[in-house]
Amino acid sequence: MTTLDVTTPKRRSYGSITLWAGLALVGLHIAIGLLTLVWTPYDPTGMSGGRLEAPSWLHWAGTDRLGRDFLTQIMIGSRIALIVGTGAVAIGVLIGVTLGILAAFASKLLDDALAATLDILIAFPTLLIAMLVVAASDTANLASAIVAIGIALSAIVARLTRILAKRVLLMDYITAARTSGSSWPAIVFGHILPNIWPTLSVNFALQFGLAVIAEASLSYLGLGAPPPNASWGRLLQEAQGTVYTAPIGAIAPGIALVSLVIGINLLADGLRDSIDPTRRAR
Amino acid sequence: MTALLAITGLTLKTSTTTLVDSLNLSIAPGERLGLIGESGSGKSLTAMAATGLLPPSIKASGSITLAGQQIIGTPDHQLNHLRGTDVAVVFQEPLTALDPLMRIGRQIAEPLQRRAARDGNSLSGAALDQAILDLMADVALPDPQRIAHAYPHEISGGQRQRVAIAMALACRPDLLIADEPTTALDVTTQAEILRLLDSLVRQRNMALLFISHDLPVVAGIVDRVAVLRRGVIVETGPVAEIFARPQHDYTATLVAAAHAFDAALGAQP
Repeated sequence: MTTLDVTTPKRRSYGSITLWAGLALVGLHIAIGLLTLVWTPYDPTGMSGGRLEAPSWLHWAGTDRLGRDFLTQIMIGSRIALIVGTGAVAIGVLIGVTLGILAAFASKLLDDALAATLDILIAFPTLLIAMLVVAASDTANLASAIVAIGIALSAIVARLTRILAKRVLLMDYITAARTSGSSWPAIVFGHILPNIWPTLSVNFALQFGLAVIAEASLSYLGLGAPPPNASWGRLLQEAQGTVYTAPIGAIAPGIALVSLVIGINLLADGLRDSIDPTRRAR
Repeated sequence: MTALLAITGLTLKTSTTTLVDSLNLSIAPGERLGLIGESGSGKSLTAMAATGLLPPSIKASGSITLAGQQIIGTPDHQLNHLRGTDVAVVFQEPLTALDPLMRIGRQIAEPLQRRAARDGNSLSGAALDQAILDLMADVALPDPQRIAHAYPHEISGGQRQRVAIAMALACRPDLLIADEPTTALDVTTQAEILRLLDSLVRQRNMALLFISHDLPVVAGIVDRVAVLRRGVIVETGPVAEIFARPQHDYTATLVAAAHAFDAALGAQP
């Protein structure tokens, strides 16, 4: 008898510079974020040096205007950014993909109504939606920022999901699955989601970047995580007054923010190339 | 004998045009019927109507019974029980008929498991793998180990169509609808697939509804032919009869064209 292993996927090795560069950058932020849970160079809330010190061996990124170690705050900022990005994208995907799939299956009338609603929602600036949600909740905190950004992102996810799902629904293999008696849930989870996932997931990464930036903007406006949580946006805002005397205060969180967003995008591109088998073969 | 599929007075309309007009057709269990007609004559729509999978923009009237169950007007979730046990379909374009992101083995496994579940069994692990390999052997797929792990774009068109046939067979339907299954293939592969379909349908004693625009392709595989033109059946009868004495002008043209083609091929050195 022949060997009977025909359903377990073979393992393949893949990798590209994009993927590895993305992994390295994102991995660095994740490592730093995890590290801050157990160790930081200095107490993030305590004074550890003079005010607005320049970078030195003791304080690699200098100190802020209250004499707190700046590097410590940026490291904690990584953790906050990752939590917000992950949380917001998770909420956005959950709501967006569900709505998008429903719209793709819905009757013409309901679909049109959903599509119009989504268009209106997309026309609203993400930040404005986020500000409304934060304003509606009692106090600005991390959770309200995550929910706000998640809801704002869900409209984009929903619209993309809807159009991708509609395209897949026209394919013969969906009809083939239906003629062989597949139920709708089986078709959604077995055929539609896997086929729209490569495109969607790249988009999720873009949105992760958007979410990180949106959180920085909210914090900058004082609507994000409140003070003990050092968010990059708040660091930027605090550095605003001293940007000429101590530019490191604006540069360092800026670099941190940009490196995370670029890392996420590189990771997304690399992952897409290795997830999608039709691309991998080329 | 009661018909497996009985279509009476089937009319298919969009808001502006009539696509199929009072069509009558019946297939007995184990019988093989060819439905012939040019592009746009309503062949595929008729087949889709028989499985209850018409696009929502097309309205059907008349009666279609499949294994005693009325199709027209029956809600989708009830029809789902018929699909895959009473009827399965093989499509024209084998590339789009397979999920591009699913390995072949997995695609064949799906209808196998569904059929087993409906029979009240569960199929998994080694038994499932064996069933997949058996089916792949039935449709004469070479190198089943490799193909089971391959994605649709990694195998040839003829192999894809064999996979599609295997998936339809996995349902063990009473009626197999083959919608131009060889049109997208080259002539050699076409002949192989036809031979394969012929022997599989014979072995399993399935009824076959073979849809084609190509009379000679159909002639070798079916017992009876119905000729469809602009949504109307113009002629129906045993295949030999139609070939020898076409009654309708349109059928005569089709037969003449087929003969002319054969003659042209025969004239080649």
